[in-house]
Amino acid sequence: MSLPLQDLCRVAPEIVLCAFAMLVMLLAPIVPRARHGILSTISVLGAGIALAATRFPAMYPGAAYSGLFRADAFSLFVHWIVCGAAFLVILGSTSYLQREDLDAGEFCALILLATAGMGIMAGAQELLTAFIGLEMSSIASYILASYKRDAPRSNEAGMKYFLLGSFATAFFLYGIALFFGASGSTRLDMMTPLANDSARTLLKMGLGFIFVGLAFKVAAAPFHLWAPDVYEGAPAPVTALLSTGPKAATFALALRILADVGAASPLWFWALWVAAVLSMFAGNLAALVQTSLKRMLAYSSVAHAGYILVALATAAATDHAEAGIAAALFYLVGYALVQLGAFLIVAQLGGPGERHVEIEDFAGVARRQPAMAACLSLFLLSLLGLPVTVGFLGKFYVFNAALESNLIWLAILLGLNSVIAAYYYLRVIVAMYMLREPEQEIAAEPVPWTLSLVLWIASMGTVYIGLFPARVIGFAAKAALNMR
Amino acid sequence: MTPQIAVFLVLAAMAVAGAVSLILQRHPIHSALSLIVVMVSLAGLYLLLGAEFIAAVQIIVYGGAIMVLFVFVIMLLNAGEEERTNVSRMARFVGVPLGVMFLLEVAYWIARATSHLAPPAAQLVSTRDLSTLLFREYVFPFELTSFLILIALLGALVLARREDSD
Amino acid sequence: MTGNDLQSYAPLLLHLTLAMALSGVLVLLSSLVGWRRPSTTKSQPYECGITPTGDAREPFSVKFYLVAMVFILFDVEAIFLYPWAYIFRELRWFGFVEMILYIGILLVGYFYLWKKGALDWNRPAVRRDRAS
Repeated sequence: MSLPLQDLCRVAPEIVLCAFAMLVMLLAPIVPRARHGILSTISVLGAGIALAATRFPAMYPGAAYSGLFRADAFSLFVHWIVCGAAFLVILGSTSYLQREDLDAGEFCALILLATAGMGIMAGAQELLTAFIGLEMSSIASYILASYKRDAPRSNEAGMKYFLLGSFATAFFLYGIALFFGASGSTRLDMMTPLANDSARTLLKMGLGFIFVGLAFKVAAAPFHLWAPDVYEGAPAPVTALLSTGPKAATFALALRILADVGAASPLWFWALWVAAVLSMFAGNLAALVQTSLKRMLAYSSVAHAGYILVALATAAATDHAEAGIAAALFYLVGYALVQLGAFLIVAQLGGPGERHVEIEDFAGVARRQPAMAACLSLFLLSLLGLPVTVGFLGKFYVFNAALESNLIWLAILLGLNSVIAAYYYLRVIVAMYMLREPEQEIAAEPVPWTLSLVLWIASMGTVYIGLFPARVIGFAAKAALNMR
Repeated sequence: MTPQIAVFLVLAAMAVAGAVSLILQRHPIHSALSLIVVMVSLAGLYLLLGAEFIAAVQIIVYGGAIMVLFVFVIMLLNAGEEERTNVSRMARFVGVPLGVMFLLEVAYWIARATSHLAPPAAQLVSTRDLSTLLFREYVFPFELTSFLILIALLGALVLARREDSD
Repeated sequence: MTGNDLQSYAPLLLHLTLAMALSGVLVLLSSLVGWRRPSTTKSQPYECGITPTGDAREPFSVKFYLVAMVFILFDVEAIFLYPWAYIFRELRWFGFVEMILYIGILLVGYFYLWKKGALDWNRPAVRRDRAS
């Protein structure tokens, strides 16, 4: 058996990410602490090269490593999201790391390795490979969540995430075991027709357990209770990563299972339906009463997981699977851009130690830092789903897909929830533009150029894709078609 | 009753008893020792299934190395006897019944599914088969595990490091 | 699996039984044969000298934990060498290259630990020079 070059090409982004992570690990102890900026630069470069390296799997699509991994348009699309998210997070967090006096080396290496894991989840055709990818991203996330070791909240966040996350992982693993017991293989694409009823029962149970594990990882209700505490306690740039990359990768895995395993669609449909409705309501209603912006964004991310689950439910309703998958992918792009930007702004405006993350602290930001206020408003409006932004189109496609598959109720509830969400998003904007500044002056820190660049990319992306979505949605549709 | 079933029952009873004792013991060290019983009985169960290599790994890694870590943590924290806290009402009156229900349901479905399942053809997975599978077909996940270990290394250092007290 | 397969583990069971029996008998014998008359002075660490104060169980240094953790990680690595060695000859160069790659990746981790001073017992657990 030889190692064909093509197989290596198909996992080129992962190879680049892992190689750069190792390079950073080698350099971290050598480079003096004062010059740790170099490590961030190398890591940004690594994420960028990984993004460029998606050319290789695009040139050689197909299955790699005896079919365990698959490079196709779908995995390519998810790779863009996760590599792009890593690129923006690392770039946007350089100044944060300096301000909070945190080591850049381990931080960047962990993000790069986690991103490699997410990429593997996106392309995995086999459950054990997917599991290793999931663990790479999860374990790195646990460590990153508690990265600020002197902050008790950060420690608490890491601990909670770890305990509940391992529990969910156990569910996922048990699901794999039952799946294997039923079908005699952990491969997703080579499902043989099941012999008898008992095997079918086992398969159903396995898929049920897998569903629970995945639902936990995307913070879908009723498995979302960890999210607010973890998102609030973790350093804000880490939250930016947690709420985008791993979510996109996990949804990708769920979509892959839906597309490959025939038994999954009818079984998961109602589970997805219920989880979508619960997530939308739990997220939006809880977000209404939050006083901390970070916590509010955490609940809103639960609600957004609900919107994406609507798209997944549409995909599971069989008839219009392509429309649902494409809508989910498009939504993930817009959501990642906006969520990243919002959390990075919170990291910056929160000031040293992230002390000012209450919504009232954002009163009068428009006067102190007009550019930041404008960016944050744009992101919040996109989360709300205002036309011209990418958020509107994301919701529009999901809504459309739901209507086309006759899921009228889901579509109605989605619309209703968007209206509820308007209240709390607008509240922040009102605070920034119309409320008087708090008594004690919060010093306006200069915005570092790296962060400006990230925010510029994110806001340009939000508006540009919002105005000209054709290419992105076109590619998403192609990716969806490619899966079946 | 075939000897297999007899051995299985003994080992399973040991594993369950160890697990229950692990939870009920008040002293962390006693809990850790109960865990060893669980690990060793599991190794026996793997042996019964013909997975010799996995049984050996179970003893070396879980029964040996992981237990060392447990004992170290207990000594690190200097943990004495646990104090019992009042479990929240929600957990006691909603969580416990739901958990028990879930467990019974899973057990019921597995029992139902496997009761009329034909016993699998006697196939002993030798260590050689395992190696061939691991190093030929599963090369990719195998190499990935090394990165998983790297992440764990980074985590150990990030979380367990001690700052200079200057 | 047939009954015969189970019998092949009989020596193992015998060994286990013997070991447990021996240790049990030894403990039992020593408590039966020997006699004890404990007193306060006898159970103190030093019969004469300073009277002990405080708890004997001091909290451990986190250094031990770090070493234990690193030990486990490399233990897991070493476990993979057994099945690999089993079919090393059949795999030929392919097997050699994949194991070299595997160990090479972990060597990066080892180098990182070393340079960070995690293996250095006398220094603080991790060297971290301040920016200023």
